[in-house]
Amino acid sequence: MTAKLALSGVCKAFGDNKVLNGVDIEIEKGKSLVVIGGSGTGKSVMIKSVLGLLRPDSGSIKVDGAETTTMDSSARDALMKKFGMLFQGGALFDSMSVWENVAFGLVQGQAMGRKEAKPIAMERLRAVGLPARVADLYPAELSGGMQKRVALARAVATRPEIIFFDEPTTGLDPIMADVINDLIIAASKDLGATTLSITHDMASARKIADNIAMIYKGKIIWHGAAGDIDNSGNPYVDQFIRGQAAGPIKMET
Amino acid sequence: MDLGQGAERLEQAECSVLGLPQLFLQRLGRVAISFCAAVGRLAEFTGRSVAHCVTPPFFPRLLFRQLIDIGYYSLPVVGLTTFFTGMVLALQSYSGFSRFSAASAIPNVVVLSITRELAPVLAGLMVAGRVGAAIAAELGTMRVTEQIDALTTLSTNPYKYLIAPRLIAGTVMLPLLVLAGDIIGVFGGYVVSVYSLGFVPGTYLQNTWQFLQHGDVTSGLWKAAVFGFIVTLMGCYNGFNSDRGAQGVGAATTNAVVSSSILILVFDYFLTQIFFTVVK
Repeated sequence: MTAKLALSGVCKAFGDNKVLNGVDIEIEKGKSLVVIGGSGTGKSVMIKSVLGLLRPDSGSIKVDGAETTTMDSSARDALMKKFGMLFQGGALFDSMSVWENVAFGLVQGQAMGRKEAKPIAMERLRAVGLPARVADLYPAELSGGMQKRVALARAVATRPEIIFFDEPTTGLDPIMADVINDLIIAASKDLGATTLSITHDMASARKIADNIAMIYKGKIIWHGAAGDIDNSGNPYVDQFIRGQAAGPIKMET
Repeated sequence: MDLGQGAERLEQAECSVLGLPQLFLQRLGRVAISFCAAVGRLAEFTGRSVAHCVTPPFFPRLLFRQLIDIGYYSLPVVGLTTFFTGMVLALQSYSGFSRFSAASAIPNVVVLSITRELAPVLAGLMVAGRVGAAIAAELGTMRVTEQIDALTTLSTNPYKYLIAPRLIAGTVMLPLLVLAGDIIGVFGGYVVSVYSLGFVPGTYLQNTWQFLQHGDVTSGLWKAAVFGFIVTLMGCYNGFNSDRGAQGVGAATTNAVVSSSILILVFDYFLTQIFFTVVK
């Protein structure tokens, strides 16, 4: 069986700075992979390469067995309909109300009428635990946790097959972070979606992952089931999950 | 050893190896290369944006909002600018022309200067400050907060959704603004001439019309369309490619206003040169 999403030998450099240095990852359909790693190790660049926001210098990225790096723009447009993305800062459109944000993918991407899209948006908002009264507010009027929930509702509103989560719990208090984790699990189960998340929050990674991979200096240095993370036998992984300053990973200060 | 010292040492070392003339040529080459790269990027952006302006899907709601934003809300600024310009033109040419008793030419001077030159250029510059800066700041903020990336992930092309409506609105609305500015500017000259310089209203208006040709007005409107395109293009380009952070957005806004102002003045010369051979 072909993997839902497969990266092999993906490289990306900005000038002399090699951010991705041959990344190999596979995710099976319906599974959840969490990529952990410190800041500046190439996590975000990896996700943006898969989404096509950045073009990798070399390597292959396959979705359902189809190569995406050489796709023309119309094939790329069709592919984007399979994707949903939760951005780190939410990236909500601040010129639109909350429900218009959630309905955006339906109205613009799938050419649904605004009248039909609104009840779906309201249903999505309810599913992430937001009351109906927030629907007509603007993103700037919401708290960070609420914005994250709206962003999650928007990411799953078009029922994507593959969902990307970029640091879903960063900047939230521990309780709200756990609420978001639960919502992510519920949403992916409900859709049967394949998910790729990047985070440095270990509590979140343990909770939402089927498999965990660790990225360091633009390469995947460990890959295994979420349950094996404590017995990885990899000193880099051990240092990261225990959050120790001393170890093989040196912070570049 | 800190970085500054290091760079200085390196420069000294380069100097001793290359000698000053080579170093100068090296710098010159680097500047030339980065200039060519910038022109190339802008040209690619322009081509892609225009292509997205003329291919579906279109966003009529967004276009309408931009038409109002760029056109209607710029009317007070453009109106005030051209009104005072018309007044000052009448005053200045009176004090100059009366020395050789050519004061009767004032209506012609006012209408020709306004329609051919001043209304398009001043409206272009004012709209560059008002609209170009706003576009660059808005798109820059959207870039920095990943809203532009979010558009792509929601199957919406940011060129079609953000850039095309602005470019079309700028190119269509600036000629209309300039047409209004022409009338208001001429009226400014009329007010000063009639109420403070003692011209007879009927004669003034008659003289205004007498030597005015279609080409005087239309050449100004063509200029305005080009300037409207330049202003919105530079706003979109700088905002779309904004660097991270508040500083990046600030720089994008400044660059948008400065580059579009300069381009307006440069294109004004070349367009005038072209019209000069067509419309005498």
